[in-house]
Amino acid sequence: MPRTPLSPAPAVDATAVLVGFARALRAAHVAAGPDRVQSFLAALALLGSERRFDVYWAGRLTLCGSQDDLERYDRVFAAYFTQKRPLGDRTHRAPEPKPALHVVTAEAAMTAGGEEDDGPASPAATLASSAEVLRHRDMADLSEAERAQLRRLMAAFALRGEPRRTPRLLPARRGGVDPRRTVRELLHRGGEPARLRFRAPVTKPRPVVLLLDVSGSMDPYASALLRFAHAAARASVTTRTRTEVFTIGTRLTRVTREMAHRDPDAALAAVASAVPDRSGGTQLGEMLRAFLDRWGQRGMARGAVVVVLSDGWERGDPELLAAQMRRLHRLAHRVVWANPRKARPGYAPLAAGMAAALPSVDAFVEGHSLAALERLAAVVRGASDA
Amino acid sequence: MTAGPDELRTRLETTGYLVDDGLAIACYLALELHRPIFCEGDAGTGKTALASALAQVLEAPLIRLQCYEGIDASQALYDWDFPRQLLHLRAAEAAGVTDAERLESELYSRRFLIARPLLQALQTQPSVLLVDEVDRADDEFEAFLLELLSEYSVTVPELGTLRAASPPVVVLTSNRTREVHDALKRRCLYHWFDHPGFDRELAIVRRRQPQVTERLAAQVTAVVQTLRTKELLKPPGVAETIDWAEALDALGATELDAELALATLGSVLKYREDAERARSLDLSALLAARGA
Repeated sequence: MPRTPLSPAPAVDATAVLVGFARALRAAHVAAGPDRVQSFLAALALLGSERRFDVYWAGRLTLCGSQDDLERYDRVFAAYFTQKRPLGDRTHRAPEPKPALHVVTAEAAMTAGGEEDDGPASPAATLASSAEVLRHRDMADLSEAERAQLRRLMAAFALRGEPRRTPRLLPARRGGVDPRRTVRELLHRGGEPARLRFRAPVTKPRPVVLLLDVSGSMDPYASALLRFAHAAARASVTTRTRTEVFTIGTRLTRVTREMAHRDPDAALAAVASAVPDRSGGTQLGEMLRAFLDRWGQRGMARGAVVVVLSDGWERGDPELLAAQMRRLHRLAHRVVWANPRKARPGYAPLAAGMAAALPSVDAFVEGHSLAALERLAAVVRGASDA
Repeated sequence: MTAGPDELRTRLETTGYLVDDGLAIACYLALELHRPIFCEGDAGTGKTALASALAQVLEAPLIRLQCYEGIDASQALYDWDFPRQLLHLRAAEAAGVTDAERLESELYSRRFLIARPLLQALQTQPSVLLVDEVDRADDEFEAFLLELLSEYSVTVPELGTLRAASPPVVVLTSNRTREVHDALKRRCLYHWFDHPGFDRELAIVRRRQPQVTERLAAQVTAVVQTLRTKELLKPPGVAETIDWAEALDALGATELDAELALATLGSVLKYREDAERARSLDLSALLAARGA
């Protein structure tokens, strides 16, 4: 789409300038859709002013929809209305993919191609038995073909939260008397005694929060675990579980929205561009604190099943990690830690981070193979205590 | 309704609620365009207080709906008063009423309709409707709100459509525990609430607790502003600043010293870890450095 050259000189039609501004916002990933733009114009008409100040606030109130939008809004506003430099310059650069994207898309393209071109020629029986073997193999030691197969198996993954009773009551065959429906029935019969109606509390899966370590030491597992997270996030619609996904590395990134793509490759490419810190170091304690401060304490972790997928290598202060884990443990319904290295022979949780975290963990499970992840799913569902 | 954002701001200030430029414009647009205001921000920054300030300015009742998980239409919108319907039916029977059709229409008349907050707000003119912590409710409830807030009308199957003669002023608040659907936000004016700067916070404290000495108010505000920079689990909000000033005043204090501050820390900090952290700071140095 050709960009309108920016010349918001007074001579130019004011509406065109404002619509152009909205377009610039959209280029910077602010969801300023047509109805928002209409509200913007209506607000300005009402204020009856084209003062910079009023335009700023009218736009900010009508075109933005989240705190993250505000920062982008300020940036675009400054660029568009001060006109120090061509607008496209800044707004276009912002969403440009990070180098990490190329790596992953290349890999994703390769596997996608592999699936289509030389599709599995093996008969179903072989496939099934190889799948059985694959279920128990360590994901770090797989060949490329096995990885591709693993990905297909993982696509069926669902992570359902442990059920909990809600205050909501719905008609049921047994339970407490439902006065509303019973009396309605009575009214139908002109006040004659009628059958009692019952109601019972509805159960609902607890929300699930996945905290996925993408630091260097997790490299052999990160791709597979991201696939796992994607499958879990996608399946949350059918299992009615609210699933949130975060990656932790040198910084904390919320990738729930990116995970919503139906296509796993597209989702993972989106995650890759959103996560600039793959294969860096980890400061688990810091990251956990960031999660709790920004999201967890406000309610995301409250009553949820929180799953940390990490090998527990902590570069920072283990004491900080221990303190944050205690905090998490108080907020969450259950804290599950899945460690891909746990299955290695002779593994002991000696890494300073892991040792510090363990006292605040309800279930410590493996996370190296498909079978281990199935077990993890069972733990999250509350079906098994590991 | 009002001459402009500036006049509205002045009127809000007379209620003790101090607004900044953006919020004044937001309130003005909300009143004139009949748009809900979607308020997001940290706890204690005055999101809920905005609704009661608006109610005072408009001299309208404040109708509050606290959202929670599992809230549904019969708790938010309306319900039928079944026991009274039944009594009415019995009474009619005893009186020998035989006209079934009339009886039926009587049973489902407004007499037996219990208006819950949303319907109350539509029926009361003018009114201010506060939908508090909308992020706690489910997606289904959001979709339901969306319908209500676009049309300002409600359909009761037995009665037909009830429409507000003039829409209520609506304030929605969210603590961002969950992403609220964009379709709902699009209907609203979006305003982010930040902690106020020193001058404005001091002005708020002075306005809300006029009996507190100016020196004490300035000291309290300064300490709270500093505490907010100390990476606490729960940074104190404006509400806590006001509480603290009030608590100190109740103890007969006219100025703050480190000892008094530590003794009353519970008004400001709500976590043991935060209180420990505050104790480890040198409060007397802090007070001296501020020159307050």
